[in-house]
Amino acid sequence: MEAFEYAHPTTQHEAIGLLGSKWNDAAVLAGGTDLISLMKEYLVTPKRVVNIKNVEGLNGIHSNAEGVTIGALVTMDELLENATIRSEFPALTQAAGGITSPQIRAMGTVGGDLCQRPRCWYFRNGYGLLAKDENGKSLVPDGENRYHAILGNSGPAYFVNPSSLAPVLIALGAKLQLAGTKGQREVRASEFSVIPKSDEERENVLKPDEMLTHIVIPASSHGLRSATYEVRQKTALDWPLAAAAVAVKLEGGKVREGRIVLGHVAPIPWQAREAEKELEGKSITESAAASVGEAALRGAKPLSQNGYKVQLAKVAVKRALLAAAKGEA
Amino acid sequence: MADYHWPPTDKCSLIGRRISRLDGPWKSSGRIKYSYDVNRPNMLHGKMVFSPYAHAKVVSIDTSAAEKMPGVKAVEIMTEPGKEVFWAGQEVVAVAAETEEQARDAARRIQVRYEKLPHLVSDVDPRKAGEHTKQLAEQTDGNPDQALQQAEVTSEGEYGVPVITHCCLEAHGQVAEWDGDNLTIYASTQNVSGIPGEMVRAKIADSADKVRVLTPVMGGGFGSKFSADTWGLACARLAKKAGRPVKMMLERDQELMAAGARPSMYAKVKVGAKKDGTLVGWTSESWGTGGPDAQGGAPSIPYVVRIPDRRVRHTTVLTNIGPARAWRAPNHPQMCLITMSALDDLAAKLDMDPVEMLQKNIQMTGQLAKTYSAELEKAAALMDWKKRWHPRGDKTPGPIKKGLGVSIHTWGGAGHPSNCNCTIQPDGSVSASLGSQDLGTGTRTVIGIITAETMGLPLEAVTVNIGDSKYPPDGASGGSTTVGGVSSSTRRAATAALNQLLDKVAPSLNAKPDELEAIDGQIRVKGNPSRAISWKQACAKLGTTPITGVGQRQRGNDDLLSSGVGGAQMAEVSVDTETGLVHVDKLVAVQDCGLIIDLKTAESQVYGACIMGITYSLFEDKIMDEQTGRCLNADLEFYKLAGIGDFGDIVVHMMTGPGYDERGVIGLGEPPVISPGAAISNAVANAIGVRVPTLPLTPDKVLGALGKGAVA
Repeated sequence: MEAFEYAHPTTQHEAIGLLGSKWNDAAVLAGGTDLISLMKEYLVTPKRVVNIKNVEGLNGIHSNAEGVTIGALVTMDELLENATIRSEFPALTQAAGGITSPQIRAMGTVGGDLCQRPRCWYFRNGYGLLAKDENGKSLVPDGENRYHAILGNSGPAYFVNPSSLAPVLIALGAKLQLAGTKGQREVRASEFSVIPKSDEERENVLKPDEMLTHIVIPASSHGLRSATYEVRQKTALDWPLAAAAVAVKLEGGKVREGRIVLGHVAPIPWQAREAEKELEGKSITESAAASVGEAALRGAKPLSQNGYKVQLAKVAVKRALLAAAKGEA
Repeated sequence: MADYHWPPTDKCSLIGRRISRLDGPWKSSGRIKYSYDVNRPNMLHGKMVFSPYAHAKVVSIDTSAAEKMPGVKAVEIMTEPGKEVFWAGQEVVAVAAETEEQARDAARRIQVRYEKLPHLVSDVDPRKAGEHTKQLAEQTDGNPDQALQQAEVTSEGEYGVPVITHCCLEAHGQVAEWDGDNLTIYASTQNVSGIPGEMVRAKIADSADKVRVLTPVMGGGFGSKFSADTWGLACARLAKKAGRPVKMMLERDQELMAAGARPSMYAKVKVGAKKDGTLVGWTSESWGTGGPDAQGGAPSIPYVVRIPDRRVRHTTVLTNIGPARAWRAPNHPQMCLITMSALDDLAAKLDMDPVEMLQKNIQMTGQLAKTYSAELEKAAALMDWKKRWHPRGDKTPGPIKKGLGVSIHTWGGAGHPSNCNCTIQPDGSVSASLGSQDLGTGTRTVIGIITAETMGLPLEAVTVNIGDSKYPPDGASGGSTTVGGVSSSTRRAATAALNQLLDKVAPSLNAKPDELEAIDGQIRVKGNPSRAISWKQACAKLGTTPITGVGQRQRGNDDLLSSGVGGAQMAEVSVDTETGLVHVDKLVAVQDCGLIIDLKTAESQVYGACIMGITYSLFEDKIMDEQTGRCLNADLEFYKLAGIGDFGDIVVHMMTGPGYDERGVIGLGEPPVISPGAAISNAVANAIGVRVPTLPLTPDKVLGALGKGAVA
């Protein structure tokens, strides 16, 4: 990796002051499970690395009347072990449990999970976030796209959002707190990820001088039934081929309202709004869940090699809904 | 001249028992050092610049900026300007620096200009390969067209296995250290005795005697580590230039791009039978790639089951995917998958149990027919095949379908040339020394067992010296030839040493040497246990001079070993027909390999082969991008290997006893890795009712076969 300046601030204010106005000025280091490998591959070459692990106030999971606040530095293991999360938001526990590497669970943070870069193999092999050849043409549509996007893929981005937790957090209506040199702001989890339109853009709304500090799951999400279902080829150390997170409010055995968010199928976590509408007022039976799964993928436009992901995502939605209805942990 | 033979197995105290490997505690505690672990005083680290292009001419190389980088001590051009590179990942320049990071940073500062040339990396359709194809062979026996015309049932299908890599967990590489003109190489190699000569041929050393290769243990080769390789030569040259030791191990991406690929093989097959299942004819059009050279060869198919009337046509596709290297049982897993899939599809068409079909045609397997028949029976019993097999397509309700599949395979496995010195010291200590290597298979332990058994001593009483080119030369470890070679030379050397000792001891026991035996830590008169002296007392009679017995295994007939084995495997799988996910619930492996020296390490070989087999059946695929010419999954993230949760029970049964033991020692490394692909593919077809034509059996292909792929 390229030489860099290393900073280890202890306050949020200090940390933000160390960030720069351009992406290459500084990078935020938390668990380091993605950043270090990106640096070793020279895919990012920040002039300064800002280690935020000693920054106070970014740890812990706290509940109050507003809801549950999760610090950006909470590790996957801490998330998994938290009793409130386990009982109130089983989908979040299931999603964290899908990260099957003990090392990554021990080091990786909630903030890092949301901010990690895509796993697109063209990106990771040095062809840029938008995977272009030397003439600026995307390599994905005519290339090896078996793991790429089936939704939100009209270009120029074809990668899939790699976050394990984002779909659940969106389904639970969570908000993300960001802090920057211009102050603090809050965005909905559903508005955090964006599809970049050019090489200059990133895959979320963070500015170079901002960092993610907290995630808040609103109190109104208590009492939702939630579940995550991932289709992974290997039982461990493998990315999901498709995933679905669902959160539903049941009244008299019928869905009053529900949220369905797909992971690993689009450049952003993909909220299936049409399917959510179709779910309303229904009892979650096998056939209802299957038809909601169909609805969730109605707009899918698979590339040359990834048609199978449409089927996988449908099944993920169906199985997540059935698990949520049963209250399976 | 002594008469060399194995003791009867019922008389053996060590041979044939389950004995833990001698180096197990050293490895699990980290006490023994792999090449990767070797750190010499004052050592530098080497890194390479490799071509980003699949085919290009190197126009110019400018190393000046790199040479000024901090810590950089030497630079070595590996591909001179004007020369071509034939795959992305081919080595162009090497640089040595004080730290790995400095070397990596310096490598990035080396300016290489390339002239890009056209490449081909796809092997899936030979018709699109144009001039990159080479019709290698056509072989016809009898009259296959007529045979297929007269067949009562025929089946046609297309089957295949993609290019995969070796993916050694210890990457290729070495540490090279000079002392004057003497070179020591701590190499991760399958060929300890052969590397010194290679250094002389490359004009790096002036005499093979001045090159010492040390490989006490190594972390996997599978056929990809026979040569010093370009990086081995470059490492020695960097060390010479810098006047300091240099370590240069491949990084994982280079390991996957450049350090070995198993050739692919695809075939369109037509096979025919009578209604009773008797096979009558076979034709196949096959193709595959072994990289830029015309390696890989024409397949010998149908595999194992020699259908009398057959025609085989094969085309080699020349591609820029990286060089082919021998991969554990070269060509056999591919030929096995193609043959056993085609026979399984034919059996399904006949509505016949595939095990019955194999038994029906067992005479076509030739001289191992009885072995195959017995192995199929044993495997069927261990799988409870007769009770659990169902015709194609599991009719159980729900998305999870279960199925069974079968395959058989063969391998040679005769011993390679080997030399052993066995020394008995006056203090009673015993050592066996060979320039062999232990790839992790148990070679060291086998040598120890044979030496101890021959001397009538416990295993702990003998020392095994291997992995050093200063010991008597031994063959490269390839083709399952090591165990035969070292077993023969060790038994001969130990017997020769013992005979010298018996000569010395005989007078004191008032007996002739050939009336004595070494047993239970004693030398005693055969049949008269009271006339005995202890091993230590016997050795004390040597005075001050140790004795050495020399054992040589040469090519040709050898009573101590043999070749030619058969094996049968059966798989049970569960397939989720909604997701296309395949789980191998159970794999039964029944294998013969003649006389087994160590049952435990033999079984471990088979367990390891089954896991490797499950891995290539479900996951492995070297994914090449035609646009960039690059391997896109040169990492362990998307080059997927099975983990402990990815397979179920593995049941291993070794065929031993009369009919097997008296054949002598036969190699075991290759055979058990051949059948898993075919057995698992057949089990999937049995479960879901349709064939998934090619490995690996990934969700996209399974769903595609089920018509749920919806490929746009």
